[in-house]
Amino acid sequence: MSAITTRTPEEIRSALLASLGEIAPEANLAGIDPGESLREQLDLDSMDFLNFAIGLHQRLGVEIPEADYPRLTTLDGAMAYLRTKG
Amino acid sequence: MYEFRMPSLGADMEAGTLSKWLVRPGDSVRRGDIVAIIETEKSDIEVEIFTSGVVDQILVEKGQRVPVGTLLATLRTNGAALPQPPAPSSVVLPPTVPPPPSATPPVVVPPLPVGRVSGRGAWDQMEGLRASPAARKRARELGLNLAAVTGTGPGGAIILADVEKASAPPPPRLRAHAVARKMAEKLGIDLAKVTGTGVGGVITKADVEAAARPTPIEAPEAPPERARDRAASMRRAIAAAMARSKKEIPHYYLATEIEMSRSLAWLAQKNLERPITERLLPAALLLKAVALALQNVPELNGFWVDGAFRPSQEVHLGVAISVRGGGLIAPAIHNADRKSLGELMTALRDLVQRARTGTLRSSEVSDPTVTVTNLGDQGVETVFGVIYPPQVALIGLGRIVEKAWAADGQPTVRPVLTASLSADHRASDGHRGGTFLATLDRLLQKPETL
Repeated sequence: MSAITTRTPEEIRSALLASLGEIAPEANLAGIDPGESLREQLDLDSMDFLNFAIGLHQRLGVEIPEADYPRLTTLDGAMAYLRTKG
Repeated sequence: MYEFRMPSLGADMEAGTLSKWLVRPGDSVRRGDIVAIIETEKSDIEVEIFTSGVVDQILVEKGQRVPVGTLLATLRTNGAALPQPPAPSSVVLPPTVPPPPSATPPVVVPPLPVGRVSGRGAWDQMEGLRASPAARKRARELGLNLAAVTGTGPGGAIILADVEKASAPPPPRLRAHAVARKMAEKLGIDLAKVTGTGVGGVITKADVEAAARPTPIEAPEAPPERARDRAASMRRAIAAAMARSKKEIPHYYLATEIEMSRSLAWLAQKNLERPITERLLPAALLLKAVALALQNVPELNGFWVDGAFRPSQEVHLGVAISVRGGGLIAPAIHNADRKSLGELMTALRDLVQRARTGTLRSSEVSDPTVTVTNLGDQGVETVFGVIYPPQVALIGLGRIVEKAWAADGQPTVRPVLTASLSADHRASDGHRGGTFLATLDRLLQKPETL
């Protein structure tokens, strides 16, 4: 069940950071450059990235098809993408 | 009575720290239950027990660091002897080793090796013990009862080195109080290493107690401290294992390029039909293909022990997982060849998560029959890894790269993965290694069969 409700930017941001925090618990999330690749900054592999997408799905109820993965490359990109999802 | 001893949880493990007991005297346990958490240099391991019974005495306390083989606890087994080995038709039972003159009382039942049994056919079995033929021969020569020997080979099997160690002549009789001797035996303390402070240098009970305390006693440390220490000791363990591997194993290396368009397209299609939580990564497909390809070339799946190759009947695929903060661990996905892609994916996700948060099971750490390392995500095209002894092969999978590729005599661009094999030249040669890679390629061209 995916409940696409209107989320505030704060809720989206908080969900993003929570998901990232789960897969990279030792990382300093406050220090992330929002315009640079998340994979590189946090040393994420494909398993991490899938878990990241699943984390967003569970927190925000959004469907993220594999074809959309490139939109989640950076924090800014992810924010913009998730806002279009409702 | 069953003796639960500190298991060998890795090729170079010499000692472990009992981090936590999950049972108490009087608790009933069943075969396969996790009874304790043992901390090794690499991670915390949940140790499974291989018999059913009732916990009798706990002999090593939380926080104590003891050598492999130390008696940790005793269990009362339910009267009957432990399960019998398979019928003689499948296993050649050697003549029974006569007990040494100072015979162990007949009621002592040989302990099952700690660690899951994998690959029956290659190991000679006697009363439920797994031991290499060289070890048994030496034990026979020495008149040694194998039941008294702790095994440090794969899956807890007894290897030649274990028999040699057990047969070393006893040290000259040390002067120690009877109570001290009894306590030392219970705790697995070597009296030769204890300084006696009694009259004339005799070892007292207090001396043994002092020797038993871990030095230094580990105070609970702030997490970053502990993580740094863990990272450093893991590095040492890896260094030791890799150095040993290069010293002992004559490696040969092969690589091949595998065109992945069919596999990737098939995977993408399958994932459209699956919810996000059940999505398959290319890794699951690759692991399945590797596991199946190994059935074709069994010389790559098993262990080199005491001068001979012992093939394994099962494929327990060790997956190299990088630990956040530095370090590498390669626990097993059991019976990877028999799992569906969905099951493999679930097992992989679960394993990665637990490897990174630091708690694996003893059977996962001691059972891999071969290892796969996948550095594709890091952007490395070809990886030639170092084999983890006593395994005899390591399969490397690189990044999938768009490359110029000739198909039907025409130039095209295709996604290509470079698969490599590092193998032990004592167990296999290039021709067989090549057959493995060719089989892997063939399987990945028909992903629907995986």
